[in-house]
Amino acid sequence: MTFASILIQLLNGLAAASSLFLVSAGLSLIFGVTRIVNFAHGSLYMLGLYAAYSLIELLGRTPLGFWSAVVLASIAVGLVGAAIEVVVLRRIYRAPELFQLLATFAVVLVIKDAALFAWGAEDLVGPRAPGLGEAVQIMGKRIPVYDLLLIAAGPLVLGIMWLLLARTRWGALVRAATQDREMVGALGVDQAKLFTSVFFVGALLAGLGGALQIPREPANLDLDLSVIADAFVVTVVGGLGSLGGAFLAAILIGVAKAFCIGIGTVHVFGFEIIFSKLVMVVEFVIMGVVLVLRPYGLLGKKPALQRAIGDILPPLTSPRWQVAVAWIVLFLLIPLFADRYVVVLMTDIACFALFAASLHFIMGPAGMVSFGHAAYFGLGAYAAALLFKRAGLPMEAALLLAPFCAGLFALVYGWFCVRLSGVYLAMLTLAFAQISWSVVFQWDALTGGSNGLVGIWPSAWLAGKSAYYYMTLALCGAGIALLWRVLFSPFGYALRAGRDSPLRAEAIGIDLRSFQWAAFALVGGLAGLAGAVFAFSKGSISPSAVSIAQSTDGLVMVLLGGVETLTGPVVGAAIFTWLRDEVARRTEFWRAVLGLTILAIVLLFPQGLVGGLKALANRWREARA
Amino acid sequence: MLTVSNLHAYYGRAHILDGISFEAKAGEVVALLGRNGAGKSTAMKAIMGLVPPARGEVSFAGTRIDRLPPYRIARLGLGYVPEERRIFTELSVMENLEVGRQAARDGVPGWSEDKLFTLFPNLAAMRDRPGGRMSGGEQQMLTIARTLMGNPRCVLLDEPSEGLAPIIVEQMARSIQTLKGEGLSVLLCEQNLHFSQAVADRAYIIEKGQIRFGGSMAELAADASLREQYLSV
Ligand SMILES: Nc1ncnc2c1ncn2[C@@H]1O[C@H](COP(=O)(O)OP(=O)(O)OP(=O)(O)O)[C@@H](O)[C@H]1O
Ligand SMILES: [Mg+2]
Repeated sequence: MTFASILIQLLNGLAAASSLFLVSAGLSLIFGVTRIVNFAHGSLYMLGLYAAYSLIELLGRTPLGFWSAVVLASIAVGLVGAAIEVVVLRRIYRAPELFQLLATFAVVLVIKDAALFAWGAEDLVGPRAPGLGEAVQIMGKRIPVYDLLLIAAGPLVLGIMWLLLARTRWGALVRAATQDREMVGALGVDQAKLFTSVFFVGALLAGLGGALQIPREPANLDLDLSVIADAFVVTVVGGLGSLGGAFLAAILIGVAKAFCIGIGTVHVFGFEIIFSKLVMVVEFVIMGVVLVLRPYGLLGKKPALQRAIGDILPPLTSPRWQVAVAWIVLFLLIPLFADRYVVVLMTDIACFALFAASLHFIMGPAGMVSFGHAAYFGLGAYAAALLFKRAGLPMEAALLLAPFCAGLFALVYGWFCVRLSGVYLAMLTLAFAQISWSVVFQWDALTGGSNGLVGIWPSAWLAGKSAYYYMTLALCGAGIALLWRVLFSPFGYALRAGRDSPLRAEAIGIDLRSFQWAAFALVGGLAGLAGAVFAFSKGSISPSAVSIAQSTDGLVMVLLGGVETLTGPVVGAAIFTWLRDEVARRTEFWRAVLGLTILAIVLLFPQGLVGGLKALANRWREARA
Repeated sequence: MLTVSNLHAYYGRAHILDGISFEAKAGEVVALLGRNGAGKSTAMKAIMGLVPPARGEVSFAGTRIDRLPPYRIARLGLGYVPEERRIFTELSVMENLEVGRQAARDGVPGWSEDKLFTLFPNLAAMRDRPGGRMSGGEQQMLTIARTLMGNPRCVLLDEPSEGLAPIIVEQMARSIQTLKGEGLSVLLCEQNLHFSQAVADRAYIIEKGQIRFGGSMAELAADASLREQYLSV
């Protein structure tokens, strides 16, 4: 590697960093003022790319056409952001924060399908920037002029944002609202308008970040989740709410990624290190290191009021055993009158119910929101598959050992995670999930890479769909029952006490961190069990089981049912799985249908489905009494 | 100017305001007195819409305001100075004032930064100081100045003398008299009877969410048993 090639990689990294910074700055701005973690921010970036592509086609591949397209695309995306605020989020600012998160997930689904509808599933490769297509020679290497321009765009936007925030009335209002929005309202400022404007600016930045990348990156439908993961990392590494921090972090990560690609494969003491394979992991490694060393990011301040995501929850009530028995009998009877298709669907539902229940345990009662729960589900599934295929264990042994493997990973990841709380914790869980995903995705020799593993079938006595269904029911049912038991044990009470008031819990001698760590391992193991059972039911396993999409599915299931009740996640998992299956058979646009359904539910029942139905039932009972 | 009738308010299930009624006329300084936890601050928050009133009516300058969001109430010219001051700690003095700025209002004294700096001279020397790095007394002046930037007709002042040195309390009393001189109505929550007597025309006593007395400051001064029963600690 020469100095010149290092320089090239550096410039390359900086060019990518600019867009990363733009998205993160928008995300951070929105979070600061509205306290909403906007999962749809990556989708807005994606829209920026698509919009720029179409507008350039429309306006012509001239310098004027190109730059007008970039500007118009950003404004259009800004308007989409404002519309999301007005139509959806404005109605739920008083709802629990987790519910707001669910709403932004739904927006992700809707935007993805809107893009699929408008632009199709093929990647769209944009034109080079007209007039800037040529390259300059730097130390004998060719650098596109456009890249240099992008490098300048980052600091330029940072400067403009700084001026806006430090020198204008709008900026003063935004900073004031970041600290105390109620007081800002009491001083006569219309919060709704302020929030809409903040969403407009934040979305515009994301759109601009996307539009500027059109000469460098094809527009595609997978950008939404990958960009949001990157933006989360940048925001968290830089420190929530710090623009300068986001800028530093974007550069750090952009450059680190570029170096990994640039270095390629190196041989050190006979070991072969493939740096280019690290590119998907390196940002998460940086984030892990930063969060452990500086829990509030490079330039972030410790939040004045440290509050976990989620609000004080009402006490849990244990489900009545008569009701439970009735359901179990019904489940047992299903294979007798339903066809094979329903039995398979019910098997899926049982797996996801355990997955969702374990996620609910960690985010509701234990108060630790995980954005990366798929890690344990997926690692459980892969553990089962590998023990079965590569280690040659019998299926039964593989199935029973897999949860312990997943639990082991949860133990390791959890050690880091329990040191943080709130959004930072959520982001770190996402980071671990992404690291797991990229290892699984890239380790072809062991995991089969992107193709995954096939031929993972259960033993002969479980080969029938009904037999396997009964086993799934037994294992997943036992897992859920165990979680419920634990919740009403002293351990569960201690966890809930810790969630509601950490200081008091510590004062009465609860070692909260150890308890949370143990809870992490427990739910990791049970999610792993769900994954293992799922793997054998499908006969194959692919990296999507460890993906962000799988994690967000879990979150949607839990939030859909509602975190307040124990049955919520199970009901949420059933509805989600059934709806996805039902809708996907009828239309290609199942995500949009699902997203719109979720939005409707969010707007109608701000306490979640089960919580909402309970409230309805209560009102009905009171009306009769 | 401000009329409250039969106002009820709750925190969750706790019934905090149990049907209170009182009024402040134009140009009048009215004190709302009562012990800790009597419900004084809650009354102000309910008027301001920060705690939604459950029942009852509030009207201000001829408009019903008990269903309006706080920003609409503020825009009608009702200023609110909270007990905890709630200064924006990251913003400078000038920026704090900027957040409070509203358009000029007819028939109401208008305020500019310079005019406020003559009312609170201490602030003039620290225009660019972040709110978080000011003393309690300076913050108290800033929070009042910030509210005045909205050119209110009437201000709700929640315990302006709380935690201040005697000399600053005196200065605060003079400032309130200046406001009255400008024609503003003031509703004042206080525990400091002495301070109230220096500035208020009339007083109401609130206890357990109910009004127990309403009358002129002179009447209250004459009635020792009343003070003994509701105000002494
Ligand atoms: N946010 C809240 N949630 C629940 N209860 C509250 C809340 N704020 C105040 N209370 C209760 O409401 C009652 C009235 O409180 P309030 O603040 O109005 O009293 P106050 O008269 O202003 O007292 P002080 O002189 O101490 O400021 C008290 O019993 C208090 O405990
Ligand atoms: Mg008070």
